Amino acid sequence: MLNQKKLIVSHAPFCHDGSSISARSYHMMLAALPAVLIGIFQYGIPAVGVVSLSISFAMIWELAINKVTRRAISIGDGNAAVIGLLLAMLLPATSPWWLVITGTFVAVVIGKHIFGGIGGNPFNPVLIGLAILMVSWKDFFDFNEALVNYDLGFAMAYPLSVLKQLGPAGIVKYSMIDLLIGQQAGGIGATFGLGLILGGIYLIIRGFIRWEISVSFLAGVFFTALVFNLNNPANYASPLFHLLTGYTLIGAFFLASEDSSSPVNFISMLIYGASAGIMTVLIRNIGANVDGVVLAILLMNLINPLVDRIRPKALGKVV
Amino acid sequence: MIKRSFIGLAKTWMEYDALDITQPEPKKIPTSKKATLLLGRSYDHKDSILFNIGDKVKTGQKLSYSEDSDAYVISTVTGTISSISSFIGDYGKSYTAISIDVDENEETDDQFKAPAGDPTLETAINYLTGAPGNPSFEIFSDPEKSINAIIVCGVDSDLLMTTNQYAARADSNAIEIGVRILKKITGVDNIIIAVPQALTIDAAGSGAEIMTVDSEYPSTLPLLMVQNILGQVVPAGKSCEDMGVCFFSAEAVASIGKAFDDGRIPVTKTMTFVNKNGEKTLVTARIGTPISEIFKAFDVTLHEKDRVIVGGPMTGSSVYTEDYPVQADTDAVIVQDRDDVALVSDYPCINCGECIRICPANVPINMLVRFLEAGQYEEAAEQYDLYSCIECGLCSFVCVSKMPIFHYIKLAKYELGRISTVEETNA
Repeated sequence: MLNQKKLIVSHAPFCHDGSSISARSYHMMLAALPAVLIGIFQYGIPAVGVVSLSISFAMIWELAINKVTRRAISIGDGNAAVIGLLLAMLLPATSPWWLVITGTFVAVVIGKHIFGGIGGNPFNPVLIGLAILMVSWKDFFDFNEALVNYDLGFAMAYPLSVLKQLGPAGIVKYSMIDLLIGQQAGGIGATFGLGLILGGIYLIIRGFIRWEISVSFLAGVFFTALVFNLNNPANYASPLFHLLTGYTLIGAFFLASEDSSSPVNFISMLIYGASAGIMTVLIRNIGANVDGVVLAILLMNLINPLVDRIRPKALGKVV
Repeated sequence: MIKRSFIGLAKTWMEYDALDITQPEPKKIPTSKKATLLLGRSYDHKDSILFNIGDKVKTGQKLSYSEDSDAYVISTVTGTISSISSFIGDYGKSYTAISIDVDENEETDDQFKAPAGDPTLETAINYLTGAPGNPSFEIFSDPEKSINAIIVCGVDSDLLMTTNQYAARADSNAIEIGVRILKKITGVDNIIIAVPQALTIDAAGSGAEIMTVDSEYPSTLPLLMVQNILGQVVPAGKSCEDMGVCFFSAEAVASIGKAFDDGRIPVTKTMTFVNKNGEKTLVTARIGTPISEIFKAFDVTLHEKDRVIVGGPMTGSSVYTEDYPVQADTDAVIVQDRDDVALVSDYPCINCGECIRICPANVPINMLVRFLEAGQYEEAAEQYDLYSCIECGLCSFVCVSKMPIFHYIKLAKYELGRISTVEETNA
């Protein structure tokens, strides 16, 4: 039975559906593009600078850590680029260069690689990066202060801080349509609600993110805000305002749904998403922080392994 | 081959291939100059083997390994034994490979003629193991298992093949006889024939109860058939046989029918051959024919790094040589060009949850695979339902990281099996 022709021998199955991590990453970036482009259109060259620097440095850190830890080069999977892009979308256009570089370092190295790289991170790397920046350099994330030199023809006060300071009386000047089409101050890619929703729907339909998480997150935000609003309309803003401002939409479609730090079973995903939504509004309405999305999702990342134990009974399992 | 649909939210829908009703007769592969028979017992040259190099064998002749062993193989050709060697198959299973130089004049052995007149279980055990479709009778003589239902599979266990559907349609007379004989020799009255919707009319005359099976993969895997047809759930870690159910392929039942009807053991296996372009053809060949003969008949040229698969695309096994002989259970032979070979990678699980959504057995694969990668098989079995896996291969098929999940699962089961064997021997 000797024959010189060498065949490939491997284990079944012998076909694959053709999906890949890089395809997921590229589609994620594609879906984020409308929101980013509107941000760049609004804030001009500084926004281009932040986005480019963030993506390139996320990839540079990834490459560097690959070299230092002597592991296979993994920038090809696009995950680092996604981290860079999403981090840039959350930052104000006026972020200084060192803030971006530090943020990407924390996100890629501390958020992802010290846990073993892709798939190993217990927290969303983007949010780890952002949370550390927010705690360390609070002033750069005061959007009123950061965007003080911009006049884009709409109210340049950050809606959530207006809400915090003046209550619902202060936010009557924001029409829901304006908020939806990005006529508000905020992060580079976090304000154009319509684009984020369309991108999110695209990702959901193509199966790149799990709809259960996004939908339950938005439902959590909506219903918690509704309860507050119905109880005391004079103190608490309407649910729609909460949905369209701050990081809610980008959080629902791009941050909460990050693969490694979110559950995969149906009920667990609903609990995870809804709890993050509820926490978001709790932080906004009764907490000290202006926006709650970042901390709410990080908190839920923490309980993800626990929640994900709620799973259907396996076939033939007696107990 | 089969790709992810554009709408990724929709569940990947994989259908079994339906038999083409207008299908012409299977293409006959001429008998090769050399055939190799695999006798299911490890070869030791010190054993007093009952056949030798240089012996003449006839078609249908029984070649027993030794006086004190039940292992045998039925010669499917007439010729001279040219070599006897050891052959290691999948999962370390060892065989004795008997190569036969085929004579031009075929002679048929009529050893089986006399016992065929009065079908008994003993005759079936002594002559028909290894007949086309690979019927297995050992289970009926195992005192620990009591079989109360037999499922005849007129469906194929994997994608792309139509071998058993063809048997269910073309050999319905032989199946009818086979079912009658099976009832008689095993004493099991509850015989069910499982067929796709389109073949219910063909199965009507079989004398077995007809059940239809979904056309969506993996509904024809044994554990799922027991669940869907008999309404019984096989507990994790138990086999269908433990539940009193055993399986025969339609082709195996047809072989039993033909054997007892003509007094001759059938030696020709029907297979689905899939060439590099994915074109499917039914072929028939003698058991023991090297699969390179099939390639020759279809003008398929193999190159380095191509892949040859014996069995289906989801659950088959790839072989390292084109001299691999056609076996009694070779339902399909698939050739993949090296450009079409889907490779696995060493990327970690990214926890995307695709496997969880597609798993028909609700196994928490995202957690399971982390334990399996670390070699913690016992924890995997205890906490993460390793034994609930029905081995359909869908998790590897959809894995975004292209992890060899199915491979890990099989390895874990194999290793745990070895551990428990060692423990039993030492106890």
